[in-house]
Amino acid sequence: MTIQTSRRTFLAAASAFTVGVALPGARAKAGVVASRLPLNPERLATYISINPDGSAVGWIGKIDMGQGTDVGWAQMIAEELDLPVEKVSIVQGHTDVTFNMGGASGSTGIWKGGAAMRAAAAEARSVLVGMAAEKLGVPADQLGVDNGVISAKADPAKKTTYAALVGGQHFDTLLTWNKQVGSDLMVEGKAKPKAPKDYRIVGKTSPHRRDVAEKVLGQHAYMVDAKVEGMLHGRVIRPPVAGAVPVSVDESSIAKIPGAKVVREKDFIGVVAPKEWHAVRAARELKVTWSDAKPPFPGSNKIHDHIRAAPTWKRDVDKEKGKVEEAFAKAAKVFEAEYEWPFQSHASMGPASGLVDARPDGVKLWSASQKPHYARDGVAKLLGLPEDKAVCVSLTGPGSYGRNDSGDVVMDAAVLSRAVGKPVRVQSMRHEGTGWDPKAPASVHTSRVALDADNKITAWYFESKVFSKRDAYNNEGDPAFTLAGQLLGVPLKPTIIFGGPDESYGFPAYLKISNIIPPLLDRASPLRTAHMRDPGGPQVHFAVESFMDELAYHLGMDPLEFRLKNVENARDLAVIKAAADKAGWTPHTAARKQARGDVFVGQGISYASRAGTRVAMVADVEVHRSTGRVWVRKWTVAHDCGQIINPGLLRLTIEGNVVQSTSRALFEEVQFDDKMVTSVDWNTYPILDMKDAPETVDIVLIDHPDIAPTGAGEGSTRPTAAAVANAIYDATGVRLRRAPLTPERIKAGMA
Amino acid sequence: MARIALNVDGKAHEIDADADMPLLYALRDDLGLANPRFGCGLAQCGACTVLIDGEPSRSCSIPVDALAGRKITTLAGIQKDGKPHKVQQAFIDEQVPQCGYCLNGWVMTSVALLEKTPKPTDAQIRDALTGLKCRCGTHVSMLRAIKRAATA
Repeated sequence: MTIQTSRRTFLAAASAFTVGVALPGARAKAGVVASRLPLNPERLATYISINPDGSAVGWIGKIDMGQGTDVGWAQMIAEELDLPVEKVSIVQGHTDVTFNMGGASGSTGIWKGGAAMRAAAAEARSVLVGMAAEKLGVPADQLGVDNGVISAKADPAKKTTYAALVGGQHFDTLLTWNKQVGSDLMVEGKAKPKAPKDYRIVGKTSPHRRDVAEKVLGQHAYMVDAKVEGMLHGRVIRPPVAGAVPVSVDESSIAKIPGAKVVREKDFIGVVAPKEWHAVRAARELKVTWSDAKPPFPGSNKIHDHIRAAPTWKRDVDKEKGKVEEAFAKAAKVFEAEYEWPFQSHASMGPASGLVDARPDGVKLWSASQKPHYARDGVAKLLGLPEDKAVCVSLTGPGSYGRNDSGDVVMDAAVLSRAVGKPVRVQSMRHEGTGWDPKAPASVHTSRVALDADNKITAWYFESKVFSKRDAYNNEGDPAFTLAGQLLGVPLKPTIIFGGPDESYGFPAYLKISNIIPPLLDRASPLRTAHMRDPGGPQVHFAVESFMDELAYHLGMDPLEFRLKNVENARDLAVIKAAADKAGWTPHTAARKQARGDVFVGQGISYASRAGTRVAMVADVEVHRSTGRVWVRKWTVAHDCGQIINPGLLRLTIEGNVVQSTSRALFEEVQFDDKMVTSVDWNTYPILDMKDAPETVDIVLIDHPDIAPTGAGEGSTRPTAAAVANAIYDATGVRLRRAPLTPERIKAGMA
Repeated sequence: MARIALNVDGKAHEIDADADMPLLYALRDDLGLANPRFGCGLAQCGACTVLIDGEPSRSCSIPVDALAGRKITTLAGIQKDGKPHKVQQAFIDEQVPQCGYCLNGWVMTSVALLEKTPKPTDAQIRDALTGLKCRCGTHVSMLRAIKRAATA
């Protein structure tokens, strides 16, 4: 479906989304105004409005990325407003009509975004009931609400409706705002949300997602489909050696391609053409002479040696308890192991695309960024425009699992549009999508315990030596965080951070530290890092949960029994037990190496918590004897994210996490030589294939209606790799301490 | 540039294009038929899949001048009498797609599979779909959906 936006409607997208605009002479009524705008985080109208027909709109500055978070928001709002869920629509992400609530970020969609929308909806209901009380002359506590009709409990004939009270007008009520912009934004009203025991809509699987049928029938508008009048297609030219910059460009090399033009600004080179295919050809055929850059990389096969030898840029103590040094000094024995994780790519299903119409007095962008408000801010900064002269239309992209290449491409399009004075749509090619997206960092982790003479654990030391998990930050809100900005020479603003494990092992003393090392190339690097689904989580918990398995066997204990004995939090304990029970865990204190014909079978367990969400996973694997191929035939997942809003969509979200993280555990490793990333397509960056998909994903949902919901978008990505590694060990006796867990590594171990 | 005739979803079109331009660009850029999507341009993922005379084909890697007299069907063209194809209905019932960008490959290949093998085994389904990519990891629900479609 093509989105046709004429140039006349430039910067006027608000009219398409705004339910009510300022009406001259509109009736002044207590608590109600004619316009929703301007957006102000303290105004109820920023979040909730009632249409003329009495249906409601939730306006949210967050994004659903295909897990149905929008359905969850609609359920939470409908519940508070006592409306059928079908009567609540959600507008998400468009920056002219939603306030910045962080976009998709850190699994905060329901956890924080939902909490804010719930509070706003509860306040809206309270305001509406108050207005009805005044109108009907009945005290508010003697009124009931059903389907947007407010009536006296004692005399149902005395009634009014949401539509009659405020339909098409907007709440003038103020909320208490925590002064945070982005994911941490929270608001509260005077009204308390409903008690969970009264829920009728929250906690139910129905209804279906609103985008699914459109997508399956080929009617959904994707970012790649956006077109505007007069638009050119653009492509950006990347160097053959990372860090090389253009010395000269031979524009005559593309002279024969209809309408093709070169844009060069400092170290940025792109091409534009009226037809997309001609832009593709121009990018391929343009002759560029590059500087003789020194190859900046050690090569992917030597990356972990590089990390071990690298100087520490910043040392963070992530968690500390008790006297660790003393415990190690007194230890009868020390048990230690080291684990390695590779660079990984978001490798979204399609390389990113973005469309920008940059003008001297304002800019409009169309983006699939999962953080459209930051895309708007970054492009506005690049162009030297105030934020209110920039608008971002948020459209569905080719999957997004963190800060992928979307944030870079919108900045590329902005540079090109400014240069040619026309709207420019950029769609990267596959080699850029995989080769140049911001990466999840490679790392080395050391886990070490002190044991006393009775084999009792007295202290645990955990150290990550690692690249920052976001030297390109977690959004594109500043040109410094993007390739285009860096090629234009803006000062760098790296964020130096990693983060430690999250679990509840109750060892008497522990020290968890991150030693963060400098990037391999600090400017415009194809190995720059940024958030990828559960940033740091798979790395750290592969190490921690593999180590806990090793330690259990070392102590002659069953891996399940060992965990149950050492976790302290009751919810952690429950989730581990639930996964083990459902999977039919058989206790064992050594690798069983059970063979069935040509395959070894084994079972492995792992668990982690993540910002309040607990997940335990059991992998049942088959390892092929001669090929080393691993198939996780069955996954059992126990999941506790507090209150469940929609169990059906939660299950599908978990399934997606589990399959994607299985892919990361078994297949994914960004390859590079000394000059450049060499993982540039699906052959050089393989992911899980249908033949590798699990036969069964058994999911146990643990619901706590009275505990505020936490995130579900990433928790079940976290324990996956260790559960697989632990199952491979049980099946074969081979302990893999380096991910991905490839057939070559397994065969080498079995040899 | 050459004058090229294309038959897409039952309609005849003519465009001016480089003869070696891949079909995908003709469908998207020239005809505004957005369903097939660019995933890799290398026939490695399936996001651009269309049916050519009933066979699932990667439109990103087929030159536009190789299609004279061939019948091209896109995801939007497999509905009959305004009703979703049974594979589409099963994908809706199972709530399969997350981002949905990859769907053309999976749906069109499944349509072709069920034409030839109405009651496929699990192994036959996996075999037919090998090589397609889905980055959101919806494989398990896709298997459910195809089995559902096979019994519809």
